[in-house]
Amino acid sequence: MSADLQDAPPRRSADTIFRLAVASCASVVLLLLGGMLVRTTWSAWPAFQHSGIGFLTGTTWNPNTGTFGALPYIYGTLVTSVVALILAVPVAVLIALYLSEIAPPAIGTYLGYVVDLLAAVPSVVYGLWGVFVLVPFLTTYVWQPLSNHLAFIPIFAQFASGRNFLTAGLILALMITPIISAICREVFRTVPNDEREAALAVGATRWEMIRLAVLPPSRSGIVAAIMLGFGRAVGETIAVAYLIGGFPHITAHLLQQGSTIAANIALQFNEAASQPLFKAALIGLGVVLFAITLIINVAARLIIRRGNSR
Amino acid sequence: MTSLQARHRRDKTMIGLMIAALVVAIVPLVFILADVIIKGIGDLNLSFLTQPEPFVQMAPGGGFGAGIRGTIKMVGLGTAIAVPIGVFAAVYLAEYSGRRNTLATAVRFFADVMTGIPSIFVGIFVFTVVVLTTGSFSTYAGGIALGILMIPVIVRTSEEALLLVPAILRESAFALGIRKWRTIISVVLPAALPGITTGVLLAIARAAGETAPLLLTAFGSQLLVGYGSWGGPETSLTLEIFNNSRAFLPVQVARAWTGALVLIIGVLLLSLVARWAVARRWKPDR
Repeated sequence: MSADLQDAPPRRSADTIFRLAVASCASVVLLLLGGMLVRTTWSAWPAFQHSGIGFLTGTTWNPNTGTFGALPYIYGTLVTSVVALILAVPVAVLIALYLSEIAPPAIGTYLGYVVDLLAAVPSVVYGLWGVFVLVPFLTTYVWQPLSNHLAFIPIFAQFASGRNFLTAGLILALMITPIISAICREVFRTVPNDEREAALAVGATRWEMIRLAVLPPSRSGIVAAIMLGFGRAVGETIAVAYLIGGFPHITAHLLQQGSTIAANIALQFNEAASQPLFKAALIGLGVVLFAITLIINVAARLIIRRGNSR
Repeated sequence: MTSLQARHRRDKTMIGLMIAALVVAIVPLVFILADVIIKGIGDLNLSFLTQPEPFVQMAPGGGFGAGIRGTIKMVGLGTAIAVPIGVFAAVYLAEYSGRRNTLATAVRFFADVMTGIPSIFVGIFVFTVVVLTTGSFSTYAGGIALGILMIPVIVRTSEEALLLVPAILRESAFALGIRKWRTIISVVLPAALPGITTGVLLAIARAAGETAPLLLTAFGSQLLVGYGSWGGPETSLTLEIFNNSRAFLPVQVARAWTGALVLIIGVLLLSLVARWAVARRWKPDR
């Protein structure tokens, strides 16, 4: 790593200048983060002042009357992301386990690249495909049958549109699976081989070896992976904008339209162009979104740190 | 059935589930790629890549030339901003992080955090700082937004690349009396170049695929903006796909699919080249 021989030769001004230069570049990261938070909050302040705590708790978002209650968007954001997690986490963890424990190394690496390709697909393409291919398919073969036969479960009752919370959650699941899987693979890689060999030596099957040697020490890492996937889902804008219906709505019937914070900002942005309070309100939505993702990301990174330092 | 048989059955079941999970993830990817290719290949030709959209949108012909140019300009600006800042920040993290360097620890931690910031939020920030103060949407703003998004990625991947340079190279240089800054520039950075390049290529691929921040900064436009003009609104490949796909005319939706094909080819090529560069030229010394 960094050889500490810099203390040996006398410090020349070129070295000091260089150090200052690179330190400034590094500080840019912190300045950007802080600057983003401060500047956007400042721009959104008129809207926060106008609505008070109602900005977060109000359920009506009506730019025409100046009522800005973001709760439906917060609800939509959380619901779609939770749905995405429920679908993605088992799949991603199983994939990670397969790639790191079961698959022969050469195949494992290449399959890993293929799974990571899911992360390389731009959100626009997910949205485009989602709207023209996934929605019709799901509506005919999945959502309507579920709604007809399982209507006693509130989530599936009262189907309203193919663009709904569940469709958006499904595409989000596709998008976050590679992230969760990649982090889990990293986590599993740090499990010492001795543990695995000990389990196998006493006669464990591969699954038992995983359960005994790989999963227990990886618990916090998996939690961190889940949180990072959650953060990604919360922040996704375009794919959700295509698929959620764009209609603020708090309901347990997830086969109906809804909206999320990010999608709403994108969709209403044009309208807000000439209305300062509306613009401030949308920026305020952005601040709320930033706050949510900041908390999630910081917590997840702290968990990863604690896991690494053991 | 003996418990040994039961255990083996459980083992096979779980492994079967793992393979099923793999299939569940890969099948949609295959469908997406297949659909984009099938629906997009029809109109893919040179004029699609170079001509802007026709003024009368329902007319056939034309293409996403304006968007491709916009993407090139804005991703180029973003790269020009993010690579110097990101690589030098990574130099700081890798070469100057002593035992108690709180700045380095903080930067590393928050760079990681920043990789998770929603891209639309970066768009909002650049909107308030650039668009509101200059009074117009602009290519500049779009490029700056993409640059901000690229910085954390480049910082982290470059830092890893720098850390993988064997210590012996640095120590030999010091032993020869070469100054620290000179060592970094002439010895360490060139050695880390493959890894850094990979990180930069991946960041470019990500930036090229972004839509949300550009909605709020470059806004989009029907015009094929010249390479020399940066102060007005401009579209990107992603924005054109977005706008056309939500339009009503089939001819526009068809353009969107072709645009998506171009975008996917570009992004996948970049990702594959990036990974191949790692596998071939960069053998980590672990």
